[in-house]
Order: sequence, then structure tokens, then C-alpha cells
Amino acid sequence: MSASTSPDTYQPKTRVGRISNFVDTRVGASSIVKEFGRKVFPDHWSFMFGEVALYTFVILLLSGTFLTLFFDPSMAETHYTGSYVPLKGVEMSVAYASTLDLSFDIRGGLFMRQLHHWSALLFVASVSVHMLRVFFTGAFRRPRELNWVVGCVLLILALAAGFTGYSLPDDLLSGNGLRIIDGVIKAIPLIGTYLSMLIFGGEFPGTAIVGRLYVMHILVVPALILLMIAIHLFMVVVHKHTQYPGPGRTENNVVGFPVGPVYAAKAGGFFFIVFGIVAAIAANFQILPIWDYGPYDPSPVSAGTQPDWYIGFVDGALRLMPGVLGDFRFEYVIFGGYTLSLNVLLPALVPAGILFGLMFTWPWIERWVTKDNREHHILDRPRNAPFRTATGVAGVVWYCVMWAAASSDLIATHFHVSLNDVTYWLRALFFIGPIIGFMVTRRICLALQRKDREIVLHGRETGRIVRLPHGEFIEVHEPLNEYKLHRLVDFESPVVQPAVPDANGRITRTEKLRGRLSRFFFEDRVAPVTPAELEAAHSHGHAPVEAAETKAEVTTR
Amino acid sequence: MGDHSHGGPKSSGTVATAGQGEVEKFQDPGLPPHRPRLADKDPRAEKRAERQVAILFAISVIGTLLFFVGYIAIRLDETTAISTLRLQNFLLGMGTAFAMLGIGVGIVHWAKTLMPDHEIAEERHAVRTEEDRQIAETMVSEIISESGIKRRPLIRNTLLGAMLLAPLPAIGILRDLSKDLNPDVLRHSMWDAGVRLTRDPEGTPIKASEVTIGSAFHVIPEGLNEAEHKLEEKAKAVVLLMRLNPEDLHVSPGREDWNYNGIVAYSKICTHVGCPVALYEQQTHHLLCPCHQSTFDLTQECKVIFGPASHALPQLPISVDSEGYLVATSDFHEPVGPSYWERG
Repeated sequence: MSASTSPDTYQPKTRVGRISNFVDTRVGASSIVKEFGRKVFPDHWSFMFGEVALYTFVILLLSGTFLTLFFDPSMAETHYTGSYVPLKGVEMSVAYASTLDLSFDIRGGLFMRQLHHWSALLFVASVSVHMLRVFFTGAFRRPRELNWVVGCVLLILALAAGFTGYSLPDDLLSGNGLRIIDGVIKAIPLIGTYLSMLIFGGEFPGTAIVGRLYVMHILVVPALILLMIAIHLFMVVVHKHTQYPGPGRTENNVVGFPVGPVYAAKAGGFFFIVFGIVAAIAANFQILPIWDYGPYDPSPVSAGTQPDWYIGFVDGALRLMPGVLGDFRFEYVIFGGYTLSLNVLLPALVPAGILFGLMFTWPWIERWVTKDNREHHILDRPRNAPFRTATGVAGVVWYCVMWAAASSDLIATHFHVSLNDVTYWLRALFFIGPIIGFMVTRRICLALQRKDREIVLHGRETGRIVRLPHGEFIEVHEPLNEYKLHRLVDFESPVVQPAVPDANGRITRTEKLRGRLSRFFFEDRVAPVTPAELEAAHSHGHAPVEAAETKAEVTTR
Repeated sequence: MGDHSHGGPKSSGTVATAGQGEVEKFQDPGLPPHRPRLADKDPRAEKRAERQVAILFAISVIGTLLFFVGYIAIRLDETTAISTLRLQNFLLGMGTAFAMLGIGVGIVHWAKTLMPDHEIAEERHAVRTEEDRQIAETMVSEIISESGIKRRPLIRNTLLGAMLLAPLPAIGILRDLSKDLNPDVLRHSMWDAGVRLTRDPEGTPIKASEVTIGSAFHVIPEGLNEAEHKLEEKAKAVVLLMRLNPEDLHVSPGREDWNYNGIVAYSKICTHVGCPVALYEQQTHHLLCPCHQSTFDLTQECKVIFGPASHALPQLPISVDSEGYLVATSDFHEPVGPSYWERG
């Protein structure tokens, strides 16, 4: 009967061989090992932010699972009977009481709460910094545009996970946070009121919201995050990792360490390091002492309250918006009887909309302006892409102004300045901050590029002063070795791509805009040193450094 | 030295990248030579590194033990001081930290000192080949033509229509997330003619004579603590009660009898996004919302003078009853709290 099954003739000799033979004949694992066992990953400290994000997410899953064993997401009324004496007998929700129990009656519960909260802060932070790294090095360019989009989705999911979790303990702080959300939702035209009532199960605060946020927080959002992480990592494998420019590194290879054993050991060990560091933070720094705030009550609020850092930019935008400007009220009644609250809608939606809109579309914007549709596996040093670095910094400045605004009251009390003045200054910076950030950053990038040219052409200053036979003193410059030199000259400096007519011989309006943007971005540029220039520098001295800093007109007209 | 325009195209670095045929570039020198580490050359250094890794792993074991010391030695009950709780948190946390860091640092140290550190170059392969793409293209167009979806627009269009409508129940079924969807409830609060003003949270009534000039009370309506939907009612009904010199108040026509001898009551819920306007600056008669710093001027009927709020805090008309207790003479004349579409 066994005509179809041929006897396995391979006889493994070692123990490893026997195990792998067992696995391989059942799931075909050896091709996976062959593919990944020695796969090469480039090494750089800046590649570790993404790892931190992944690892903090694992810590969140572990500590979060522990918390769900004790937390009860019910808003039913109860009277506290736990160990924390000052709140004994106080009326509160079951959710708040079970969070108190986690802190005061479950050994290790407080540690797990603090570990969870600190990991959450670090998770969003590392996702953000990882995205900044990807942006500033141009790692989002073809073929990785879609992975960039997946990353943007992950950032939004991380914010959603953080916010839904923040609101669960039903303490005074999170309740006031929810009330702000309720106010923002109510400002949405047409459907806002209904939306608010659907979300809260009637009037604010109701008895439904914590349970509803809970299912989002422990099921829907983490499941989506896991799915996105899987897609994200799958694409990293498909594309292979990017690498920084350097000798021996080309668009066609990956230089680094093989997964087994070095990279796996480093990355695996790094998980334990991240875990250890977050544990040390959770051991030493108190976070969200909910017993100090008390249960949610719509009447009290503590001054100087702050949302978790990643919500800060929206909260800050809410604070910056004037409700009344001169005699103009940003909230007005339209269509005879309907209220449009632009004082809430604009700051809640517009800045976040612009930031995320630009973030999602930037790979295509850049491709459109530069007309660069090639694959890029070699990263840009940020200074070698002044336009992109400047744009990114403008975005960061804008974000940080809003973020600072979320602490306007603390800035005022801490530095003994008027709260109103802080707000006026931040309002001004909201508009001019990004512009200054752009201009200054671009100048810094260009200056650093010139410095690189200088070093290539003249070598390193050795500090060695030599007196020549005729009495002149000179400082000896030591030429760079070929590896260091290559690091400084191996980059591209895009030139202005002026608007060109289409097939009908007309320059369309979008093409005109593209040409203008291209000029704006690449008008000022510094080109990498060429061998001829280096040759000339060695024979003639200083001339080429200055000569190479040309305006784009020279080459495009 | 700064005259840049003199750099002619021939001598300028931009020539190389302007795409004029022969691109001048430095030659890639290839990977730098590998430099052996101390542990690669010196057997004693290798031995030392090995010992260091083992010590780090041992530290991890100590960390785990420390965790259990903290867990077993400290029990939690009503007599536990908060400092003891902190100590336990510290022991558990640092135990975990050492347990994890010992393993992590040990492994990384092992990888960096003892595992081979030769950088390897691996070829990159294109994500797809031209051939694969052509096969896939033909395959997809064959699949589409075999399905006949292009040739039979009737089927296609009815399917599209059905698919567009089919998800609607999934949205519609969410309707009962709230039984009550009438925005009118936002217009009404517990306040009514004759309802006494009582202290928050005790619920004891306030005599007009107790409210001295400059004082402020956090106020809830009488009976709130026994109300069925206490938090929902409180979210609309909380009021701030203050007494000013009557001549400091600028009372608009129609509101002459809303205050009592300079005692005024205003909704405590910010008209911006609903935080409690909890800060009262006695000197300037300003009310400040601690969440987003909207500032309201009490002397001008709580008009917005700074911040993101756009309309004044609603005033609660008050008077005194026969026993001298403060009472409301009606509900608020407008909805309290943040604006909403139907507010008008």
C-alpha cells in the first residue's frame, strides 16, 4: 500500500541533526533556517529605536495580561473596603476600587501598573523616535514607502492604545481627560452630540465608557498593533534592512552581522536590557498615583494636570486657540440655530490632520518633487539632504510648540512669568517657529556639508606646527585615509529639476508648483568632492572649497 | 573668499552630478580591513571576557532572588505604610531589573567580545523579477476574464450594490449603544425654582448670611447625592457661588434679580470642553479653568477674557427662601458646558 511513501534514507548522526530532521520532515523548517540563519543585518545604534518599540510592546503585553487578572472594568458604584485607609468607605466605581486593590492589596500589582505605564510612555516615544530616524535618513524611499505607511498606522494605534488605557482607572485625572474628549466630540458638526451619546451610552459620564474602552484597549487595539507589526517586520525581511553609506556598502549589498549567532544574540540580549531598564524606572519613579487623585467626580479638578506626553500636542493646540479674537467669536450659530464651535474643532483636528497627512504622504511628495523614482537602500546622512532635514525639523518644532503649550500653566508657575504671555509667545511660535526651524536647519546642514568638503580637501588638522626652512610656520594637515574619505564623499546632492512642459507643450499648474518646490528645496546645495577637486586642492591649495558652493543656476540654465 | 559666483561650471563640484556624461566619483575602497579584538589575540583576555559574562549571568540570578525577598518578606494589609509599599515596589522592581539586565548585558557582552565580529556583505536581490511580474500579470488577467466579471456588467453592478449595502447593518446595529439620543437632555439640569444651593459634596444648605464678601463656595443642588443618575446630574449642575461688592457687578438688563446682594452663582463647567472651572482669583474676580486656561470675568457676567472658550459661563438665577437659605429661582437659561451642534 505504500507505493507513494518512499522510505527516508537520510540518517542524521548528531542530536541537533535528529531534531532538525524531525522538524524538517514535518514542517520543512530547513529552508527557513537556510534563508534566515545567516541573513545579514546592518548594525547601527540608530536602528535600535525600532527594537525598543517592539520590546516595550512585548513588555506591555506581559504586564498588561497580569493587570487584566485583577482589574474590573465596571463603573458600578461601590464603597471602598481595601487597605488604603484614607479612602475607606468612599463611594467610587468598581474600576477605580480594583485599581486601588491592584496597588495596595496585590503584591507586585503596583510594580506591574508602573511597569505597564512606563512601558506605554516609552513605547510611543520609541515609535516616534524610530519614525524620526527613518524620516531623517530617507529610509522611507522606494521600495519602503508602504512600510512607512504601516509605521504611521502603528503610531496612530500606539496613541489609541495609550489613550484608551489612560482612561481605564476611572480616577479624577482620567475622568477629566474623558470629559475633554466628550467636549471635543460634541463640537463635531451635525453628528457630534449623537456620537458623544453613543460612545458614553447616554449623557456623560454614564456607566458604559470604561467597559467599552477596556475592550478596545485589551483586544481590538493590541490585535491591530500585532497585525501591523507582523506586516511591518515581514516587509523589513522582504526589503532587507537599509544601511548607512560607507566603504564597501553599495545599493546592491547588505553589510553587517549574520543573524546567527551575533545579531540574534545582540538583539535578543537587547530585549532583556530594555526590560531591565524599564523595570528599574518602574521601581524608582512613581507614575499615576491614582490614590492621590481620588475617584472621578465632575466637580473637582487639580491644577497643573497633564495628559500623558503623547496626547500633549493636541491638548496644547486646544489651549493655544483663542476662543475670541477681538470681537470675533470662533463659536457661532449658523443656519438659524446650529452651533459651530471652531474654537474647539480647528485646534483638535487641523494640526493633527496636517501632521499626519504630511507624514503619510511625504514619500510621494518627495518623489514627486525630486523626480527620483529609484530604489534606495543606502541611507542619507541627514546633513546630506538639507531640504528633508529642514522640513522634518520644521515639523518637529511645530509639534513641540504645541507640546509645550500643553504645559503653559506649569511654564508660567515654574519660571514666574505671566500665563497669558506664555500663551501669546507660543501662539506666535506656532506660526513662525517652523519657519525659523526650517531656515536654521538648512543652514546648519549646508555648513556641515561644507565642513565635510573642507576636511576631504585639506585633511585633518593634526595640531602639529612645523617651521619651514625659510621661517614660515604651518600646521600640518593629514590627508584622510581612503575609508574615511569615502564616508564623506559618497552621497548625492540633488539639483533643481525645473518645470518641464508636458506632451502638449504646456506647463501644467501642478508642474509649475513642482518646479517651484524643487527650486525652493535644492537652490542652495553643496556637492560632494570629486577626485579632480581633491587633486587640484593638493596642488593649488584652497581654491576649490569655495568654488564648489554654487547656486543651482550655474548648472540648470 | 566668499564670492561663490566665480566658481565656473568647469571647476565646480556640481559638474559631476549634473549628468554630463562622464561622472567622476571616488572609487569605493571596499570594506575596511578587519581589526581583531583583544579577546581574539590574547587567550587571557578571552578568558577574562568569559568570566565577565558568567558574572553578569550570576547577577541576574541574584536579581531574581531579590525579587522573591521583596515578595515574601513584605505582606500588604491595612497597617502597611505607604513607605513600606514603596520599599516593596523598589525591591520587586530592582530585582526584576537586575534579573533582566544581567541576562541582557551578559548576552550582548558575549556577542561583542567572543562571537565572531567579521562583517559580512550579502547581495541584495530585487523584490521581484520582470519575469515573475509578467507571469502574475497574465495570470490575473486570465483569472479576471475567466470569472467573466468584465463581460457581465449586470452581475458586476448588482454585486457592487449588494457589497456596498451589506456592511450597513454592522453600523446600524451600533444604534443601541445609547438608548437615549435626545440632545434636549443637555438643556436641563436639576436646578429649578426653589431648589436650595448646598455645599459640594456634603449637601448642606447655605444661608445667604454665611456668604461673606470675597468667599467662594462649590455648590450642588439639594438632593443631588440621592439622585438616581448622580454623576450625570452633577456633571451639569455644579455651580460656583461667590459674593462681590454689588457695585463691582455689571448687571445686564433682564438679570437684575439673578443675584442676591452681590451673591452670584455661575455654572462651574467650562464652556470650552467641559473641565470644572475650579480656580477663583479673589483679587481680580477672575475664574480660571485649570485645563486650558480659559479665563472668565466675574464682574462682567463671566464673559471670556482669555483662552479658548468662546462664550460666557451660564448664570444661575438665585434668591433666598423664607428661612434665609439660598435657592435657585429657575434652571439655567441656557445649556451648561461645551457647545454642541443643537445648542443654538
